[in-house]
Amino acid sequence: MTQEQEKTVAAPSAQEGTVKTAAKVARPAAPAVPAAPAENACDLKTFAPAELRREMERLRREEKMDFLECLTGMDWQEEGLGVIYHLESTETGKRVCLKTATTDRENPLLPSVSDLWDIANIYEREVFDFYGIKFTGHPDMRRIFMREDWVGYPFRKDDDPEKQNPLRMDNEPLADVTETLTLNADGSVTRRENKIFEDGEYVVNIGPQHPSTHGVLHFRVSLDGETIKKIDPVLGYIHRGIEKMNESLTYPQTLALTDRLDYLGAMQNRHALCMCIEKAMGVEVSPRVQYIRTIMDELQRIDSHLLFFSCLCQDLGATTAFLYGFRDREKILDIFEETCGGRLILNYNTIGGVMADIHPNFRKRVKEFIPYMRKNIEEYFDIFIGNVIFHNRAEGVGVLTKEQCISFGCTGGTGRASGWHNDVRKRMPYAAYDKVEFKEIVRTEGDSFARLMIRMDEIRESLSIIEQLIDNIPEGNYQEKMKPVIKVPAGTYYSAVEGSRGEFGVLLESKGDKSPYRLHYRATGLPLVAVMDTACRGNMLADLITIGGTVDYVVPDIDR
Amino acid sequence: MPAAGRPPIGLAGQHLHISFKKKMFDFSVVTTWLHGLLCSFLPEWAAILTESVLVALVIITLYAVFAIVLIYMERKVCAAFQCRLGPMRVGKWGLLQVFSDVFKMLTKEIISMRNTDLFLHNLAPFLVVTASMLTFACLPWNAGAQIIDFNVGVFFFLAVSSIGVVGILLAGWSSNNKYSLIGAMRSGAQIISYELSIGMAMLTMICLTGTMSFSEICQQQYDEGWNIFRGHLPALMAFVIYLVAGNAECNRGPFDLPECESELTAGYHTEYSGMHFGYYYLAEYLNLFICAGMAATIFLGGWAPLHVYGLDGLNGVMDLIPGAVWFVGKTFFIVFLLMWLRWTFPRLRIDQILSLEWKYLVPISMVTLVIMALCVSFNLTF
Repeated sequence: MTQEQEKTVAAPSAQEGTVKTAAKVARPAAPAVPAAPAENACDLKTFAPAELRREMERLRREEKMDFLECLTGMDWQEEGLGVIYHLESTETGKRVCLKTATTDRENPLLPSVSDLWDIANIYEREVFDFYGIKFTGHPDMRRIFMREDWVGYPFRKDDDPEKQNPLRMDNEPLADVTETLTLNADGSVTRRENKIFEDGEYVVNIGPQHPSTHGVLHFRVSLDGETIKKIDPVLGYIHRGIEKMNESLTYPQTLALTDRLDYLGAMQNRHALCMCIEKAMGVEVSPRVQYIRTIMDELQRIDSHLLFFSCLCQDLGATTAFLYGFRDREKILDIFEETCGGRLILNYNTIGGVMADIHPNFRKRVKEFIPYMRKNIEEYFDIFIGNVIFHNRAEGVGVLTKEQCISFGCTGGTGRASGWHNDVRKRMPYAAYDKVEFKEIVRTEGDSFARLMIRMDEIRESLSIIEQLIDNIPEGNYQEKMKPVIKVPAGTYYSAVEGSRGEFGVLLESKGDKSPYRLHYRATGLPLVAVMDTACRGNMLADLITIGGTVDYVVPDIDR
Repeated sequence: MPAAGRPPIGLAGQHLHISFKKKMFDFSVVTTWLHGLLCSFLPEWAAILTESVLVALVIITLYAVFAIVLIYMERKVCAAFQCRLGPMRVGKWGLLQVFSDVFKMLTKEIISMRNTDLFLHNLAPFLVVTASMLTFACLPWNAGAQIIDFNVGVFFFLAVSSIGVVGILLAGWSSNNKYSLIGAMRSGAQIISYELSIGMAMLTMICLTGTMSFSEICQQQYDEGWNIFRGHLPALMAFVIYLVAGNAECNRGPFDLPECESELTAGYHTEYSGMHFGYYYLAEYLNLFICAGMAATIFLGGWAPLHVYGLDGLNGVMDLIPGAVWFVGKTFFIVFLLMWLRWTFPRLRIDQILSLEWKYLVPISMVTLVIMALCVSFNLTF
């Protein structure tokens, strides 16, 4: 939605009552026109590609917009191919959204911002992969999720991947060289080749089938003896094109895929999407639903942190502690199973509520779980965290500074371990988080040990959040009455929740149809993989496992 | 037996110089009787040949039996630490689980890959198993029941145990796999370093016993008390050093870097399949047993029962328990300790392992040796 449209419709919306009636009347005749800008609508400022670079530099340097929250590729068809940038200043908390587009579909060129924000490097590669937009000045313009020999750009609305890409029976070639494009003053483009690894470097493949990459992730690691010189992540082994699939699914159908992103944040992912759609439609969910969602999110967070702890133990060879963690995680899965029916793929949140009311046993079991978990955390300290070997393995290993974390957009525990206050629950409170007391756990060391301790303390905080809510769940509907066909008014919307491992954002662009025009997820894991090279350089091969374990990425969320 | 003296390898034990109170059953009665029986209808060379074959059969059988017992024990101990039951399905309490695993391994194909040095690749597991069997033969099971026993037994033990590392290095090199090579490099660095501490710890005890023959070391402990009590502080220090270094020698957690499942998938034996992998697996467990058995022999009296000075009644009862039971019991106790360590501690990193050895264990073991030498020379031992 453009600004003008928003302004014109915003005028009569002085009172909320009139807003709703106006919307109801307006929708059948001219869908795509809500009465007031939705709470989460993006206020997009448009810049031409030529002006973009100067504006971005100004925002970065003068307005201290140091956090590139989200970078989304777009195909607006007649408006052209473009990108939406979400920026935030970690000092002032100010947020801006920018967009830019180029109408050249043959050879679309946009200026790269990868030198201003480190994370833009991997985001721009994603946009290049899906939309074919080439970023001038980008040091490494190659595909990231699709095969290197893929033909076409699958997220373009006019692309037909099936026709151009038959089932290939040969192995995927991995590029040894990459390129940088430079835009000259006269409009011509110079191409420069960069080698990824020098000749004679000892490159070891960690993955795609490897016990410690936590999924089908592939690192090409250049070693000098046991010391890591460079890491090149190869992604996309389980890329399913969820974002593309969403464009042909109805809104309720898109929900089912969110649980398959970060399967340890299934509740939160789905919460984010439901919240985004609800806010865009102006639907208010009952306080009961807000409370249930908050409790479920926190249970999910404990579940994820327990798995994080367990897998870290396993990676470092402490298999006993691994099983202790899994034993306790099982209790949460049992609680989930009773209410949701699922244990991993939960399918619980719906647009306007939740799938089913909480199980009669729910309160009792959660209340039993809280003291049980508090006691068992102490056991983890006894068997693993307090161990001198673990201290030696984790302290001072893979140190990330606060600036690096912000520049790489490493939200969640990884960023908070370096002293960055980035908790979405505090930054942009949602659901019932403004009704509970909790601390945002932040440490300053930035090493692997701090990253583990953050998660341990967060388990305690989550338990206390649940404790505050569990007895006060208000009565009310667990599901608002929705129309059989759900349509979101036209516009661009962004909502974020604090996922298990960082900010999980949903960017929804709607044209007023029953399925989204574009649905982009801000993956929590992608920045964490992007930062691996920086965090691991100069450390030893064994530290790669420690660092990878403690930054805590989950691959389905990266690949989407 | 040849009249000239006892052969370096063969059924020894009947040649113990020290006269001891014949309270414990001496296995040399059996070996002497067998030798006499065979000599009565065979020429002496044939009798010795037959004895050697018999001994070989016994040692191989024992080797297999102990491997199976140890694997079962490891799985059950590990399960107990991890709040699990361990194998329960095959046979009562999963007793047949290991047998079925062994049969599975026997029936699996031994895969040979392109671009590898096949000869070295196939040779490597045999080197590891040979080293492990040779050291296994050094263990004193009972008074008079020892296969390899001569005056530099400890020296021989240390020498043959280091053949194993050759097998590991060859495996890593010949597999033509980067993980295997890194594993083998780690293993080489680690095992060769820790041999130093093991040697020092043993030297400390030899300083106390004054002999390198295992049978004499055991006999001495039967007569005068276990070395760990006789040598008090330095012996205790040497014992701890030996356990740490021995654990590292066996490539077991927290020193399992050469395999290091979560980094190198399986380290030096990544490319092995079937029984070739099985040999590494066997050798790992038997090395654990040998390491524990050596600790039992040198520090805890081997087959010598626990005697408390002044309590003759108790000592008499203790003597009724056969020496083999004492030996195996002590060994399994130490095996249990090492399993406990393995299933509790996280893994170290290669630089930490090496600095632990070179910066801490080696200096400490040298100091221990000096203390022990002083204790012995000033007669401060018991």
